Amino acid sequence: MSTSDVNVYGSLRNRLVMTLIGGVAMLTLLSYFVIRNYAAHIAVQSQDSILRASVTSILDAAALRDGSVEIDIPYAAFSMLGTTTDDRVFYVIYQDDLVLSGYEDLSLPKDRSVTETAYRSTIYRDVAVRQVSASRTLIGADQRTIITASIAQTQDSLDDALDEISENIAIYGIGFFCLAVLLSIWVSSATIAPLKRLADSVARRGPQDLSPVAKPVPTEMVPLVSSLNHFMERLERSLKQSEEFIAEAAHRVRTPIATVRSHAEMTLQRVDKEENRQALRSMIRAIDETSRAAGQLLDHAMISFRADQHDYVSIDLVEITEDIVMRLRPVAEMKDVTIQLNTDAEVILLGDSILIQNAVRNLIDNALKYSPSDSVITIEVRKQPVTFIAVQDQGPGFQTHEMASLTDRFTRGENASGTIGSGLGLTIVRDVAKAHDGAVELSNNPSGGACVTLSF
Amino acid sequence: MKFLLIEDNEDLAHAIATRMNLDGHVVDHAISLSDAKAFSETVDYDLLLLDIMLPDGDGRDFLEHFRALKKDTPVIVLTARSQVSDRVSMLDLGADDYVTKPFDHEELQARCRAVLRRKSGSTQTTVRIADIEFDPVAGQLSISGSVIKLRNRELRLLEILINSPGKVFSKQKLFDRLFSYDDEVSENAIEVYIGRLRKHLEPSTLTITTLRGLGYRLDEH
Repeated sequence: MSTSDVNVYGSLRNRLVMTLIGGVAMLTLLSYFVIRNYAAHIAVQSQDSILRASVTSILDAAALRDGSVEIDIPYAAFSMLGTTTDDRVFYVIYQDDLVLSGYEDLSLPKDRSVTETAYRSTIYRDVAVRQVSASRTLIGADQRTIITASIAQTQDSLDDALDEISENIAIYGIGFFCLAVLLSIWVSSATIAPLKRLADSVARRGPQDLSPVAKPVPTEMVPLVSSLNHFMERLERSLKQSEEFIAEAAHRVRTPIATVRSHAEMTLQRVDKEENRQALRSMIRAIDETSRAAGQLLDHAMISFRADQHDYVSIDLVEITEDIVMRLRPVAEMKDVTIQLNTDAEVILLGDSILIQNAVRNLIDNALKYSPSDSVITIEVRKQPVTFIAVQDQGPGFQTHEMASLTDRFTRGENASGTIGSGLGLTIVRDVAKAHDGAVELSNNPSGGACVTLSF
Repeated sequence: MKFLLIEDNEDLAHAIATRMNLDGHVVDHAISLSDAKAFSETVDYDLLLLDIMLPDGDGRDFLEHFRALKKDTPVIVLTARSQVSDRVSMLDLGADDYVTKPFDHEELQARCRAVLRRKSGSTQTTVRIADIEFDPVAGQLSISGSVIKLRNRELRLLEILINSPGKVFSKQKLFDRLFSYDDEVSENAIEVYIGRLRKHLEPSTLTITTLRGLGYRLDEH
């Protein structure tokens, strides 16, 4: 059976690869976002701590002198915020609710508590900034005032750093993803391998091999293999049953036919009246025709069956021919027909020995049937120029106009009218030739008689 | 010669046995493998005719058992199977030949003869009558020391005549024994063989007499 006969739905291997790759892609994306988020968080934290230090240093510099607040903003308070990029810094200092210095429009977070440092990301002058605000309570002589300092910084450098980090994560992520794809292909191939091995070992089996699969298989394949084994067991049983049935049927049919034939032959020895004898002869001929046709139909069926199997081994055509000639010699002797065998020492060819035997037997059988008494059948088996067997008789030969159609099923030559036959003999020979890429050629000898050549 | 026929179909067995008797052979008939075992252990046969499907087992098992006893009596299998592989397996098991049912009795005879000839030495088949010695298995006729090799139809014709000397055989009967039913030959062909046989028998005291309108008869002078 070819794969085209199988209803295919997806591929296990592809499905496995796709699932693995999908999983890996999701993991890669997830880890990209998690790491990027984490990096952003850390970057903001470090910015926060610098801003806080800056705010703290401003607050530390604040002092209450003679009832007024004095702040000498230290140089370091802003220099520590310096970055390579052009991040801008905004600040504002309040005394209680009054702006002491800085950008008046830089508002403070509303819900902050005085005792804690407040951090927030906000929009100031249409730019995203990070703002840190803290307060300090100054206590003087019967005076108590709250100084609040707030510094905001744009996030350009942070974004740059974040972009760089993201780029790196992305590169690593893609690399990791590619590696994972290769790994998943490898893993799925390795997983599918036992299945492939099983399929191969089943496909490599000989046509007659219906034994259970014996090789160890992974646990997951046990149900498949055990049902396969069950199936083959059932198949073998049913094949055996039908074989036995055919044998039994042949026996049941052929034995009574044999009885009838033997009785008819016996009776023929006893009766004298010519018309009775004629009837008995026709009877025997009909019996022979029946059994021969049945036999050749079975042979023909077997040949069609075997021709599909290509169960080829190296065989010696000479040996096969010699065996068949030895087997047919008693029949030839009955007609005083001599079989002459001219062969090379050995003619080896690659083929199905049962098919070749059948073809050779049919060739010689045919020659015997059409040979007159006291004649010679000449058989040549040679390997040059091509491997061939040629069987020549001294019978009536073929009619020229029917040579082309004689190998057709149930076609018999005009010269065959007096001879028992089914019309399947040459068909069998032709089918065997076809199965071996060979050819059958019919010809007539110049000296009379037919010649059939089977070449490979 | 003494044959053992192992065949469960009594009708067929009877027909074969009668026909074999006609050719001058003695046939014992076993209808089962157990009978066959009993017969073959007590009597020495020249040839066994063995059916494959028997009520109490497979003929091939018997064949194997028989060959295991180192008996080399020739065995011809009567089979209803026609598959080549079956035939091959029977020859492998030690059968000397086989015929597929239904078979031509003359073919069975020819095969018996061929098998016996191959194994000759173990059997003495020569018929002595008047001053001739005739060995139907080897197909040899010796008349006072000189040996003639007979062609097959001459041999069969002589065999028929020699089995019943003095009996008249019609031309048609001889024809049916010598030619197969699909041979396109006229009954007069028998005259050719009678003529050849007469020539061979010339130096002997045996003659074939023609009885006009009745047939032929073997006479001794």
